[in-house]
Amino acid sequence: MSFKITSVPIDPEARKRELVQSAAGACVTFEGWVRNHNEGEAVQALEYEAHVGLAEKEGAKILAEAKQRFAIETAVCEHRVGKLAIGDCAVWVGVSAGHRGAAFDACRYIIDETKARVPIWKKEHYASGETGWVNCATR
Amino acid sequence: MIEVTARYFAAFRERAGRDREQLTTSARTAAELYGELARKYGFADSMTRCKVAINDELADWNVTLEAGNEVLFFPPVAGG
Repeated sequence: MSFKITSVPIDPEARKRELVQSAAGACVTFEGWVRNHNEGEAVQALEYEAHVGLAEKEGAKILAEAKQRFAIETAVCEHRVGKLAIGDCAVWVGVSAGHRGAAFDACRYIIDETKARVPIWKKEHYASGETGWVNCATR
Repeated sequence: MIEVTARYFAAFRERAGRDREQLTTSARTAAELYGELARKYGFADSMTRCKVAINDELADWNVTLEAGNEVLFFPPVAGG
């Protein structure tokens, strides 16, 4: 299991290979993409910043919790930092499990906890030329 | 009074106009120091939505500060 912060594009196929286990009958992956709007504003680009050491530490905790709560084989998560364009993959989560239910549940848990807990910040660059930090922690 | 280093991330860094500074403070806890800095720089986020780390370990807001601590202030996170 690994949680990585990266400043280069995420390679989903490479991360997916880390999920392969002979006991796994299900694989669920999630990709978060940069979209061109947020709360009514036209977005041109996003910039992510992280405290890499603490982000990877908190992320590893989330993966360990997922493994404990759900009957999964393994899980990985990778999150970008730096400036991203519309359509770029900002975050990738992958889970393998014996059966699909646990894989879906764990994947959802990992992305939700990552958004709420991991020290990563997102700055939106709007079409108007303005920028704004997003406060999207949801609890 | 003790001397500590404050480090600011993301929106806090932009608001403070710096990423770190040495401070001499009478604050006894991380929460009290955040209060001082919120007044100084106009940080508007409720502490309950922010996080603090001391010497690169996430910490409780009520932890007692010690001389030489590096205190990291994290605004509300927004990954994904």
